Amino acid sequence: MASSDTFAEQAMEFAPQLYSAALRMTRNQADAEDLVQETYLRGFRGFHSFQEGTNLRAWLFRILTNAFINKYRAKQRRPIETDLADVEDLYLYRRIGSLESAATGLSAEDQFFDLFTDDEVKQALEDLPENFRLPVILADVEGFSYKEIAEMLDIPIGTVMSRLHRGRKAMQRALYEFAEARGLVQHTPDPVADG
Amino acid sequence: MADDDCGETIRELEAFLDDELSEETRSQIHEHLDGCVDCLQAFDFEAELKAVIRRKCSNDEMPPGLVAKIERCFDTDFDGDGIIG
Repeated sequence: MASSDTFAEQAMEFAPQLYSAALRMTRNQADAEDLVQETYLRGFRGFHSFQEGTNLRAWLFRILTNAFINKYRAKQRRPIETDLADVEDLYLYRRIGSLESAATGLSAEDQFFDLFTDDEVKQALEDLPENFRLPVILADVEGFSYKEIAEMLDIPIGTVMSRLHRGRKAMQRALYEFAEARGLVQHTPDPVADG
Repeated sequence: MADDDCGETIRELEAFLDDELSEETRSQIHEHLDGCVDCLQAFDFEAELKAVIRRKCSNDEMPPGLVAKIERCFDTDFDGDGIIG
């Protein structure tokens, strides 16, 4: 059995990651702080059930995710299961992948991506509906496996994959709109929507 | 390279970048990418985008005082049951 002192020693190193994830989930600092504190309190109280030798980081993120769902879904009358508009595959790549030096004066893709500000990327993620946002945070920001995410969210692996797929495409579309708004790319009519 | 192979490869793109494929499928995709510049460029783009999202969404400064607030959880009896926590 794991002791409480051990928890304080081992769990604190994950605080910055938990705080970042909490900010993406709650979208404001006060709630994110509350959520992280709640996570540590629950973790501290439940640490006797943590199996030493297993992944403490995944265990803490599971608590964080559950605390978020319980606390913030409790405010809603029912869980928000929002759907997203259909976006084609490789949405951003098809629009800006070949721009490179022509429009931006930059040659490498990573330089192009540096043109998206931190705030724009955060905004694109935070604007996703909750049922898509959580899988994208857990996979793309925190690097958890489909199986770990399925366990954290208590949904089947196939659902994790489809929500990731759709959430990522919606994020790409949002990023493209930021690029367009800042005049980084010319407006291209959407071939699906505009006919 | 046949279009079929490109379609199949692009369908596996996310699972490939998420490191969720079997060794066998993974090596089939590597084989395709070795001979297909179009798919390779798409894969590179998506891999870079994923890295950028990770980098830009995980760099928040913790508010001063949060660590102290957390550590208070470790020595406070919140519910008055005589037990810390």
